[in-house]
Amino acid sequence: MRFMMFIYPKIEGQAGPAATEAWLPSAEALAAMGKYNDELAKAGVLLSLDGLHSPAEAVRVQFPSGKAPVVKDGPFTEAKEMIGGYWLIDVKSQDEAIEWAKRCPLGEGAAELELRQVFELSEFPPELLASAANSEK
Amino acid sequence: MTPPRISQPGTGASRSYEAVWRIESARVIAALARRTGDVGLAEDLAHDAFVSALEQWPVSGVPKNPGAWLVTVGKRRWFDSLRRRGTLEGKHSDLTRQAEVRQQLAGADFDEVDEEVGDDRLRLIFTACHPVLSREARVALTLRLVAGLTTEEIARAYLVREPTVAQRVVRAKRSLSEARVPFELPPASQLEERLDAVLEVVYLVFNEGYAATAGEQWARPELCHEALRLGRIIAELLPAEPEVHGLVALMELQASRLHARFGPGGKAVLLADQDRSRWDLLLVNRGLAALDRASELAVVPGSGRGLGPYGLQAAIAACHARAATLAATDWVRICALYEALAQVAPSPVVELNRAVALSMAYGPEVGLEVVDSLVPNPQLAGYYLLPSVRGDLLAKLGRFEEARADLQRAASLTRNESEQQLLLDRAARMPPSAPK
Repeated sequence: MRFMMFIYPKIEGQAGPAATEAWLPSAEALAAMGKYNDELAKAGVLLSLDGLHSPAEAVRVQFPSGKAPVVKDGPFTEAKEMIGGYWLIDVKSQDEAIEWAKRCPLGEGAAELELRQVFELSEFPPELLASAANSEK
Repeated sequence: MTPPRISQPGTGASRSYEAVWRIESARVIAALARRTGDVGLAEDLAHDAFVSALEQWPVSGVPKNPGAWLVTVGKRRWFDSLRRRGTLEGKHSDLTRQAEVRQQLAGADFDEVDEEVGDDRLRLIFTACHPVLSREARVALTLRLVAGLTTEEIARAYLVREPTVAQRVVRAKRSLSEARVPFELPPASQLEERLDAVLEVVYLVFNEGYAATAGEQWARPELCHEALRLGRIIAELLPAEPEVHGLVALMELQASRLHARFGPGGKAVLLADQDRSRWDLLLVNRGLAALDRASELAVVPGSGRGLGPYGLQAAIAACHARAATLAATDWVRICALYEALAQVAPSPVVELNRAVALSMAYGPEVGLEVVDSLVPNPQLAGYYLLPSVRGDLLAKLGRFEEARADLQRAASLTRNESEQQLLLDRAARMPPSAPK
């Protein structure tokens, strides 16, 4: 089964260029993360991963009712948690995913990880798939 | 030796131990095998260490580096048993043996940090797939030692009884120690041949999952997943070997179609009829990327060197993966790839596939000519796909009577009920031949 492992870095109390700078990991953190990613790959569980640009550069597209979509530029101060990146891993159980998450080299209090299972096509009820396919035509 | 029994199955703690075993066991067994020189003993020591973990971790907490902890404990167990034997044998004045044990103990550094030596896992893989073992034994040992599956899980996946698998594993380990197979990487001169044996095991596991020769289910995806995981591991450990990437590419591309291969009620859906929107794009892209790597490593322009059998099969699978519709398939290229495959791995089955590709590229009569040349081949006698393909080509040429006969013959040759039904349905749909 596949899990998306999201990282939520803690960057509270910082704004503007400082926040963008704080978003970039240090050389040591980067090296440790590289080793961890290597381990995931050597265990045959890593499918893909990416790190994201600072949330200060984020753009949101909102869909208010009855109006055209609205584009909003970041930073979004109301948001406490912003995704910093993700790993997509292929494991046998949620426990294995948790075990891998525990091994992530994150400094104390520096970030939090969230694991979310990815839907497989086989999990959707066949009737749902069939009626979705029909409405496509 | 049975795998460690977890005292309270299903509880949070025990499930987390299982996850640790899955992640760490191959590394722990490999590290211990490097020291003891015996994979069977190493596995026993690893299990002992794991039992200690089950006792100690709930009290002391899970150590920061569980793998290193397990290796250290396993190593201590081994020293203890060596010491005991040293004392015992002291009484029997077997001087050579005594000296040997003393030497082993002296060379042992108890505080040595148990960092993984990069090649340990690779040694374990080559040992588990050693040519002194039968194919069956290699498969069982690889799933057990490298993939970290329990005997029970292997038995369930292969629809055999648990004691059967346990027997296979025990016998395999005995064969290795009787043949004094060293825990080593193969010498460079044998690498290619030994790697072939490893890749064969991985692909056997994959195919057993993909084609499910036995049982009610059409496929057992868990075996496909294990094989993919093994392939990905080997590709990381031997990044310069083109055929490893070729095999990974082939498996990723085939696995991308797993969900599309079955229709309502579990009925088989042939490649031509599959809903291509159900192909797994992530796996398709991974497969294409792995194929690119294989090609970069294998193809030396002007040298005549090219992809091996796995790489070529992956390249064929890639032609299908790249085609948005059946009509968009590059059949001319597929014909060329089958020709290359027939050069490096000649077989009548490859010829039959080439005939299908030829018929798609150049018309059914061209394909039929090749198929007819295969009919007398004794290796294909009783192979249901031969009359099945022939029947299809005859139908395309409007020779419905002959087509019906061939399709019925094909149905009588397969034991897979779902496949049989598919063939009989097709035979029944043949219209009566138009009067000449």
